[in-house]
Amino acid sequence: MTNTKNSPAAERIDQATLLHEQTDPLTHTPVHLLELKDVGKHYGNIIALTGVTMAVDTGRVTCVLGDNGAGKSTLIKIIAGLHQHTTGTLEIMGAERKLNSPREALDSGIAAVYQDLAVVSLMPIWRNFFLGSELTKGIGPFKSLDVEAMKKITKDELAAMGIDLRDVEQPIGQLSGGERQCVAIARAVHFGAKVLILDEPTAALGVKQSGVVLRYILQARDRGLGVIFITHNPHHAFPVGDRFLLLKRGKSIGYYDKKDITIDELTSQMAGGAELAELAHELEQAGGHDEVLAEVKAEVAETLGTQEPSHRA
Amino acid sequence: MTHVPVVETSTTGTDQRKVIHIMTNTVLTPPAAPKAADERVASKGAITTLLGRPEFGALVGAVAMFAFFALVAPVFLQPSSFATVLYGSSTIGIMAVGVSLLMIGGEFDLSTGVAVISSALSASLFSWYFGTNVWVGVVLALIVSLAVGFINGWILIKTNLPSFIVTLATFLMLTGLNLGLTRLIGGSVSTPSIADMDGFESAKAVFASSVNIAGVDVKITVFIWIALVAVASWILLRTRVGNWIFAVGGDDKAARAVGVPVVRTKIGLFMGVGFCAWILGMHNLFAFATVQSGEGIGNEFLYIIAAVIGGCLLTGGYGSAVGGAIGAFIFGMANKGIVYAEWNPDWFKFFLGLMLLLATIVNLVVKKRAETK
Repeated sequence: MTNTKNSPAAERIDQATLLHEQTDPLTHTPVHLLELKDVGKHYGNIIALTGVTMAVDTGRVTCVLGDNGAGKSTLIKIIAGLHQHTTGTLEIMGAERKLNSPREALDSGIAAVYQDLAVVSLMPIWRNFFLGSELTKGIGPFKSLDVEAMKKITKDELAAMGIDLRDVEQPIGQLSGGERQCVAIARAVHFGAKVLILDEPTAALGVKQSGVVLRYILQARDRGLGVIFITHNPHHAFPVGDRFLLLKRGKSIGYYDKKDITIDELTSQMAGGAELAELAHELEQAGGHDEVLAEVKAEVAETLGTQEPSHRA
Repeated sequence: MTHVPVVETSTTGTDQRKVIHIMTNTVLTPPAAPKAADERVASKGAITTLLGRPEFGALVGAVAMFAFFALVAPVFLQPSSFATVLYGSSTIGIMAVGVSLLMIGGEFDLSTGVAVISSALSASLFSWYFGTNVWVGVVLALIVSLAVGFINGWILIKTNLPSFIVTLATFLMLTGLNLGLTRLIGGSVSTPSIADMDGFESAKAVFASSVNIAGVDVKITVFIWIALVAVASWILLRTRVGNWIFAVGGDDKAARAVGVPVVRTKIGLFMGVGFCAWILGMHNLFAFATVQSGEGIGNEFLYIIAAVIGGCLLTGGYGSAVGGAIGAFIFGMANKGIVYAEWNPDWFKFFLGLMLLLATIVNLVVKKRAETK
C-alpha cells in the first residue's frame, strides 16, 4: 500500500506504458524495505494466518492491531524468521525471500524486540547492551572486554534515543519496564537493525511508561528505521502509526494509511466498541456494580464516536 | 535454574480503558530536558557501591571471625599459625574458585569432592601400574578430570535435567569407581606409594612444596589458590566468557536469544571445576604419595558452602570469585581457629552451619538494600 491517492506519483504515466518492452527496475517502482503480499501460514490443516498484505518503509511506523489470537504473533514469527510462510510472498528491498532462522532475519536487518526483552535483570545495563556481541581489545588469550568503549557507546546510544540514564553500571532490572524496553530497542538499532519489530511493547506498562515507549518508537522512526509496532491498543497505535493493519481471527480485515482512517474507526474496526458493549451487557445482567457499569457505558459512548478529532496527533 | 525475581518488574494491571485518552495527549510531548544535577544519582555513594558488591557480607563475616579468634586464641595471630590457616583455606579455596564460577553460571556440582580423589587416583594408579614417569599420570589425570566435567555438562545440556540430579549421579558413580578400580588395580583401598617413582620429586615441587617467606613455610597451594582467584576474577569481569557466565546463570533463555553460546559456556564451566579438581587432586597425591580411595565424600558441600558464604547466589547470575575465596578463608579460620582456641573440634560443624546461615541472610539483606537504592 502506498500513497497513491493524492501523491504526485499517482499522476505520472504508468510505468508499463513508458517502458514498452524494456524493464528497468530503477524507475519509480515503489520498493519497500519490507513487503508482504497475501502472506499466509498453515500448520497442517489449521490456517493460522491468511491474506496479509503490508509494507514497511524507512522512517515509517506500520502498526499491526488485533486482539488475542488474531494472528499477530504468527505474523511476527514469519517476519522474524522463526516460522516460514506457506502462501504469498515476503520481499525485502524488492527481493523475494523466505527467512529460515532468526539469524537470517537479523542479517537482513530485521530485529525483533519481544515482550520478555531478552535482558538479564541482574546484569549491568552496558553488559546487557553488548551481551553476545561484546567489544574486545588485545589479542590472543589476553583479549579483554573494552569496558570503557562499551559503557560510552551504551550511554551515547541511549542518549540518542532520548533516554537519560542514571548510571549504565546499575543492574538492568532496576530500570522501569519502559526504560528496559528502550534499552532493548536501542540495542537493536545499534546492531544494525533496519526493520524493528516491537511485540506488544506497551502491553504490561502503565500510562506514563507506555507514553515513554511510544516516544522511543518515534525516535527510532526518526532515525530512519522501519518500525512494526504490534499492539492490541488502537489508542497506542494511532498517534505513532503511519499504516495500520488490522487482524482478526487470522485474517486481515483492513489495511489503512493514516489519512484514510480516524481513531474512532480504528477502534470500532478492532471491535473494541462492540466488546465493550458486550461487557456492559454482561455486567448489567449480573446485577449490582452500578458504578462500574456506568463507567463502562460512558466508555462505550466515548469509544464509539464522541471523540474529538484533535486527538489525532 | 531460572533467574531470580529479585527486582521488581514492570507495573501491571493498570486500567487500560481509563488511561487511553490521557495517552493520546501525552504521547508526543518532548522528552524532559535532562537536569544538570541528577537527583537520582546523589544517594549512591562509595559505601552503597561497596555494599552492592556480592562479597561484602562475606568480608564483614571474615573480619568479625578474624577478630574473634584473635581475641580468644592469641596463638592464632602467630605467622606460622596463620600460614596453617591459609593452607587449610587454600585446599577448600582452589575448588571454591571453579564451584563459584559454576554457581554464577546457574549450576552446581555435587561430584566435586570425589572428583578430586578420582583425579589423584587416576594419576597414581596409572603411573604405578604401567611404571611410567608420574608426569604421564599427571597429564592423564588432567584429561580424566576435564572429561568428568565435560560429561557432567554434556548430560545436563542433553537431558535438561537439573544439575542436582546429574551431578548426584556422577557423585555416586565416581564414588563406586574410585573404590572398585583402586581395589581391582592396586589390591587395596589405598593406592600403593609412588614416592620412589620417576618424576615424583619434580611433581611434588610443583604441587605440594612449601615456600619460605620470612621464616614461615607457606604451602604452594596458597599461591596457586591466589593465582586461580585472580585469573577467575579477570575472566569473570573482563572477558566475553565472563559476560556469558553471568548471562547463562541470570537468564539462559535471554542469553540464547542474543546469541550467547549457552551450551559451550555451561560445559566449559563444568570443565573448569574439573581443572580445579585436578590441581587439588595432584596436591593430595604428591603431599602424601598415596591416596585413600574412599576420601573426598562430603567435601563438595564445603566448596558449595564457601561459594554461598562468598555471596554467590544458589540460583545463578550473581557472585564473584573473590567471594568464594573469602568464603574458603572463613572456613579455614573456623576450622583451625577452634583448634587454636583449644575447643572441642566437635563444635566445628555447628560453627560452619551458623556461619552459612548468617552469611546467606547478610547477603540477602545487603543485596536487597543495594538494589533498591
